[in-house]
Amino acid sequence: MRRSALHLIPHAVLILAILLFALPIWIAIAGSTQDSAAIARGEVSLVPNLNGLSVYRDVLLDGSAGAGPVWRALLVSAGMALAIAFGKIALSLPSAYAVTFFRFPFRMTAFWLIFLTLMLPVEVRLIPTFQVMSSLDLINSFTGLTIPLIASATATLLFRQTFLAIPDELVEAARMDGAGPLRFLRDIVIPVSGANIAALFVILFVYGWNQYLWPLLVATDPKLDTVVIGIVKMIGVDTATEWNKVMATAVLALIPPVAVVLLMQRWFVKGLTEGDK
Amino acid sequence: MAGLTLDGLRKSFGANEILKGVDLTLADGEMLVIVGASGCGKSTLLRLVAGLETPTDGRILIDGRDVTQLDPSARDIAMVFQNYALYPHMSVYENMAYGLKIRGLRKAEIRAKVDAASSLLGLEALLDRKPRQLSGGQRQRVAMGRAIVRDPKLFLFDEPLSNLDAKLRVQMRGEIRRLQRRLKVTSLYVTHDQVEAMTLGDRLLVMHQGVPVQLATPTEIFERPADTYVAGFIGSPAMNLLTGLMRRNGTAITVEDTEFDLGPQRYALPDGHPVFLGIRPEHVALAADGMAWPVEVVELLGSEMLVHATRPGGATLTLRTPNPPSGGPGMGEAIRVAFPADRIHVFDRASGRRIEPA
Repeated sequence: MRRSALHLIPHAVLILAILLFALPIWIAIAGSTQDSAAIARGEVSLVPNLNGLSVYRDVLLDGSAGAGPVWRALLVSAGMALAIAFGKIALSLPSAYAVTFFRFPFRMTAFWLIFLTLMLPVEVRLIPTFQVMSSLDLINSFTGLTIPLIASATATLLFRQTFLAIPDELVEAARMDGAGPLRFLRDIVIPVSGANIAALFVILFVYGWNQYLWPLLVATDPKLDTVVIGIVKMIGVDTATEWNKVMATAVLALIPPVAVVLLMQRWFVKGLTEGDK
Repeated sequence: MAGLTLDGLRKSFGANEILKGVDLTLADGEMLVIVGASGCGKSTLLRLVAGLETPTDGRILIDGRDVTQLDPSARDIAMVFQNYALYPHMSVYENMAYGLKIRGLRKAEIRAKVDAASSLLGLEALLDRKPRQLSGGQRQRVAMGRAIVRDPKLFLFDEPLSNLDAKLRVQMRGEIRRLQRRLKVTSLYVTHDQVEAMTLGDRLLVMHQGVPVQLATPTEIFERPADTYVAGFIGSPAMNLLTGLMRRNGTAITVEDTEFDLGPQRYALPDGHPVFLGIRPEHVALAADGMAWPVEVVELLGSEMLVHATRPGGATLTLRTPNPPSGGPGMGEAIRVAFPADRIHVFDRASGRRIEPA
């Protein structure tokens, strides 16, 4: 009796936590189907109004006051998130490979320089980076939107840790087998760190998807509005905000990152927990 | 003809000289075991031959060809690592085939070689498995298979059995020996385990602090150790080394006040020359009128026992003898021992070198 009561406590805590996390999302889902004026008065019902589901078609295809159609913003966001995730992996994989497996002059200097950039995220160097992009004539372009976000050290550091865990004997066995550096990278290093690459992809995709400050600054062209920017633009200052549309857009913005996490969950957990032996 | 020659091989890491000049020649098909305590340079020696390290000085010749500056893959050698070093994401088949694939062999050729090696090692049923699905012994076999398929001029073994449990180690030891005899590939085998060394090697190289101390057959090393280090390292329990003085014109040694006759042979040493009298625990004989040694510890090993005895002066002696039906001597009781003349080893006390009768 006593034991089962004790068992209930962790469950109660967990259920409470789940509710705390899920409630705002549910309010967004329920709210998106209701009347905008009612939401503005603070009268949100927790029961979705099925007749209001058409709001999703409206925002996707037509958009709302202040922002373009959401399908377009979703595409921009997806493009940006994918470009950042793939770009970062493509950049950090060889750089981590170099500082881990090769002896060259100033190797550690190179590593610490990469490390230092961790302390200078885009937000800190916003103005100079904007200056550079402006000189390169990359303002209001997809390239300008993604490139500055690709250059960062986090992925390099994570890959370095993964690579350091590869036993020396494996490297030596590959040398005995006659595998050159590129072959070793392709045949051994990348397959062995597959789970870590997948985990990193998830993290980087979500990171890219959630970018706000840089896109706001560098892309003033509405065609380059990401969905996150779109939501902000929908919340008007002088016009009446269509809250149901805002919530519908928020729900739509939520779907792709959640889908990526769910699809790659198995790899993600594997990559974070076990160093694939 | 095909063999391995090391010529004045040296290796330093910074100011730290690990290998202080090794000269060595292996005959074709010979298995040489390098044995020594950890840090003696034996692994460094193997890695130099493998090409994983570059020697500071000296040359390495495989089959008469100077390979000192060649890449590991160009040396026509194969290595079995201590932790197997199997590629975790590849199947057993792919693990064995990888080196051949890189060399650009055709698929059918690779298939034939891998099949031959896997049937030799009894791995046919496991070819599609991943390394993590294999037991320690099976992984070890795959590691050997990977070496065999390359059909190398030289096998290198880097303590390949030290990750296995005792029973499996004995079994794999036998397998390695049979395999090596059958394939007749010149082999260099590094271990710190003296039983492995004694059973596997055609010849043994005992290393100590970066210097080869003795190179000989296992029997020779056991029966005529070159110095006190080898005498203490090979054989278990270790040989007793008692401090003594040469007497009677080189025909006897005194230990404390007891004189031990050295038999008909004569040593060319002056009376009073400081020596070590070496005697293996199994050669110490019980004798009613022998030297008295107070017993400190008795270890019963089943069919035999070890008696550790200490003289009041601190000298220690280990005796190995079959279990007497009456049970062993008690603590504090003294045993009386004699050393058969033909079992006594004589070492110079200053240099530690073995001294042969004149």
